[in-house]
Amino acid sequence: MRARRTSGIVHRSGPGAWLLRGLLFTILGLFCLYYLFPLFVMLATSVKSLAEIREGSFLAFPRDISFEAWAKAWGAACVGVRCDGLQPYFMNSVMMAVPAVLLSTTLGALNGYALTKWRFPGADIIFALMLFGAFIPFQVVLLPMARTLGELGLAGTVPGLILVHTVYGLAFTTLFFRNFFIGVPDGIVQAAKVDGAGFFGIFFRIVLPMSLPAIVVTVIWQFTQIWNDFLFGVAFTVGDSNPVTVALNNVVNTSTGVKEYNVDMAAAIIAGLPTLLVYVVAGAYFVRGLSAGAVKG
Amino acid sequence: MASGIRLDKVRKSFGATDVIKGIDLTIEPGEFVVLVGPSGCGKSTLLNLIAGLETVSSGDILIGGQNVNRVPPRDRDIAMVFQSYALYPTKTVRANITFGMETRRVPRDAQEAAVEEFSRLLQIDHLLDRKPGQLSGGQRQRVAMGRALVRQPAVFLFDEPLSNLDAKLRIEMRTEIKKLHQRLGKTVVYVTHDQIEAMTLATRIAVMDNGHIRQFADPATIYEYPVDLFVAGFMGSPPMNMIRGRLFHENGRVFVLPLGARESVRFPLVGAAGTAALADSREVVLGLRPETIFAAGSELPGPNRHVFEAPVEVVEPTGPDTMLVFQIGGQDLIARVRPEDVATPGKTFRFEVDMGKAKLFDAETGLAL
Repeated sequence: MRARRTSGIVHRSGPGAWLLRGLLFTILGLFCLYYLFPLFVMLATSVKSLAEIREGSFLAFPRDISFEAWAKAWGAACVGVRCDGLQPYFMNSVMMAVPAVLLSTTLGALNGYALTKWRFPGADIIFALMLFGAFIPFQVVLLPMARTLGELGLAGTVPGLILVHTVYGLAFTTLFFRNFFIGVPDGIVQAAKVDGAGFFGIFFRIVLPMSLPAIVVTVIWQFTQIWNDFLFGVAFTVGDSNPVTVALNNVVNTSTGVKEYNVDMAAAIIAGLPTLLVYVVAGAYFVRGLSAGAVKG
Repeated sequence: MASGIRLDKVRKSFGATDVIKGIDLTIEPGEFVVLVGPSGCGKSTLLNLIAGLETVSSGDILIGGQNVNRVPPRDRDIAMVFQSYALYPTKTVRANITFGMETRRVPRDAQEAAVEEFSRLLQIDHLLDRKPGQLSGGQRQRVAMGRALVRQPAVFLFDEPLSNLDAKLRIEMRTEIKKLHQRLGKTVVYVTHDQIEAMTLATRIAVMDNGHIRQFADPATIYEYPVDLFVAGFMGSPPMNMIRGRLFHENGRVFVLPLGARESVRFPLVGAAGTAALADSREVVLGLRPETIFAAGSELPGPNRHVFEAPVEVVEPTGPDTMLVFQIGGQDLIARVRPEDVATPGKTFRFEVDMGKAKLFDAETGLAL
């Protein structure tokens, strides 16, 4: 059944209703400003020259737009002693986030599928235990994880970070997929069994294509979490293998030389761009996925 | 080729709950057997056991003489139609139908030919490139049938396939399923809770209740000679009138006096029931189907007619018939009379009942006498 239209519902009219409406939009407008203002300041500052920043107000529109600060942030800013900009660390983050997102999403989908469609004794207990993982504060696992990575010979490397994010992402991805698959009728899986498909055949050819909304939600969630992570990045990587979040911190928190606000702002935006991009591209699915299962489709 | 099915002391329990409590059933090749019963009676579980979607707790299931207890669904030579249709939502109608053949690695041209043949048979050949979401309920039902038919199995299993359709479409599809069975001659096991579907489709009906089969017989026998009160009450719409009463003998004849009724309203037993050696004042249940109670004088009189009077409470015209609800000794009864028979609520009406069609059950055990 399609979602019911609500635009045709009769509502009150008259001066009172108009006043309320006006008030509503005023409040909404204020909230919009409140959220957009920091973005404006960041964007404006990032395209100003240092001289302009020092002279004018940080609220003013830029006089001459220049992308020098962006270029410097990307390719020449000093991170510690190395002055190659954010670029190498950005690539570290990509090399880490993409496999970690793919791995944790795939494994979460498999878990959710097995937990709902191939139920086995103890499935609920296993799910409850996995769910518990979603509530562990990450600080608690830092030391044991560091030891584990050391034993595995992955300490201070990007693959090590991939492993950490995959493991700690599983709780969330399993939860997402399990809740999605529980709404998929068992009859479909039974029909596929009668049709002769096996565990993986049903997963890849029937169930996975159906779960596009869940995949998109999980990918956005995982990508945002993993890309924005600072704690694991700073704890488990060293120098050249730092992700961009750690590098950004090192750029901004440098204690030598003149504070280059325009470079800092540009660097911060660069570090945040990928998550923004993922939201813009897949955001519509995100909202749809969050409400998936709320009404029968 | 059609295969027979044999169930031998089949039991199934989920944890501590016994769902199937020892079922023996032999289904001949080419038969159309309907498993019917109220919800929760275990009929769908029994079908899933035959399909191999559930594992038996004990007992044996044989398809075509071969024990299939350890054979997975794909190798049982069965096809199944599900209540929710269970179409693959991301696949086109064509891909839905061919999916089973793909997993079995049937050659492409054979797949094409099968789709061609059965989509035309089911009149879905113009829908092959659509997705299930774009189809109406009846069309989805046809696709689900097509997916089962291309399999060309020895046994078809249907799990309440019509219960999601509206009333008109349900009757249409019912006829089509029967036509298909007559045409293909395959063994069919069909689960439904709708006793009319059971009556119209089956060559034999298994009436199930609480994990047991109460009666397994052809539709006419089930309807005319129910073995107990459960079967009698389940089959037929409106349901059979059940009058609790006591037996008594008078002048060499046996009568049933309804509990709580005046002495003048009594039903004489005829035929075998009338001559059986039954103890006086034994408590019994007299079963009278609504269509065996007419307006007095409206039908040709038969040898076993008995006339009685009762005030009519409610008049329910259905079109072809009119239902009259009345009471005898505080027990509600329904008569199915012709629309021409005028009755007024509150007024006394003269009824005539064909006692030759009456059933007699033991009040304690519920078994037919």
